[in-house]
Amino acid sequence: MKAAVVVFPASNCDRDAATALEFVTGKKTQMLWHGDTDVPADLDLIVLPGGFSYGDYLRCGAMAARSPIMQTVVERAKAGTPILGICNGWQILAECGLLPGGFLRNAGLKFVNRPVAIRVEDSQSIFTNRYEAGEEISIPVANGEGNFFADDATLDRLEGEGRVAVRYLDNPNGSIRNIAGVFNETKTIMGMMPHPERHVDDIAFNQTGRRFFESLAGAVG
Amino acid sequence: MQRNDFSERDAEKQMKARVHITLKKGVLDPQGKAIAGALHGLGFDEVADARQGKFIELDITGEDVAAAKARVEAMCQKLLANTVIENYQVEIA
Repeated sequence: MKAAVVVFPASNCDRDAATALEFVTGKKTQMLWHGDTDVPADLDLIVLPGGFSYGDYLRCGAMAARSPIMQTVVERAKAGTPILGICNGWQILAECGLLPGGFLRNAGLKFVNRPVAIRVEDSQSIFTNRYEAGEEISIPVANGEGNFFADDATLDRLEGEGRVAVRYLDNPNGSIRNIAGVFNETKTIMGMMPHPERHVDDIAFNQTGRRFFESLAGAVG
Repeated sequence: MQRNDFSERDAEKQMKARVHITLKKGVLDPQGKAIAGALHGLGFDEVADARQGKFIELDITGEDVAAAKARVEAMCQKLLANTVIENYQVEIA
């Protein structure tokens, strides 16, 4: 799997994501700069990392979604290249319109930074096939505006199409219907609020997040 | 006599665009709730609810108010507001 991570100003989980990918692929992860528009043609996966891109100005992910690199990433996404957005990366995907819904300030108004229990709702995707459907795992969240929102019609459609990827068992931020991650229509794009890249090695806690990356490596080569 | 750039620019007509961005009805507003709670704490018991939004002021060159309004509405659609969760209102003055 040839994977790349996009680096925006104030991304702060870009290196963790690159390291997690290197753990499972044994290959160097490419880093893409937000100001560039060139993206290598042979990428199997593009990751939008967590952080506070562009200082969270205007809305989380709003500026990054309009950055030069995202014009190309959106084209690739529409052509079927798998895209994983983690935390701020999911906010950017929502701002691009590649994933439905939007984000509000956390219901408790506090930045939440702790491991949370989530349930993997779907194991039939390139992102989750190494988990069992219904499997419960604990991985960290770190967000202040991670409160996912969409209208009822959109939510019903997501649920009906099996596009809720992961759900909180212990909702840390008020996200509607406890949704912690979603897929696009073709399940080639996933956004998730928790940080699997932080749990890929026993030296840093445990490996509960590692199988998201192993799923991708197995599914896309 | 030659006119300098300053006088050219001064002569150029400008308008103010005022953009109000608010959360849609039914969208949870945790900050608004906290504000209402703090106002109650200060004795302003008449506050039944509070909703927080954004105000953006733009200086726009040109004279055509209708055209300016259409352009600022396009800006709202493309960047200033997220219409999944927010409404916007544009005034040109």
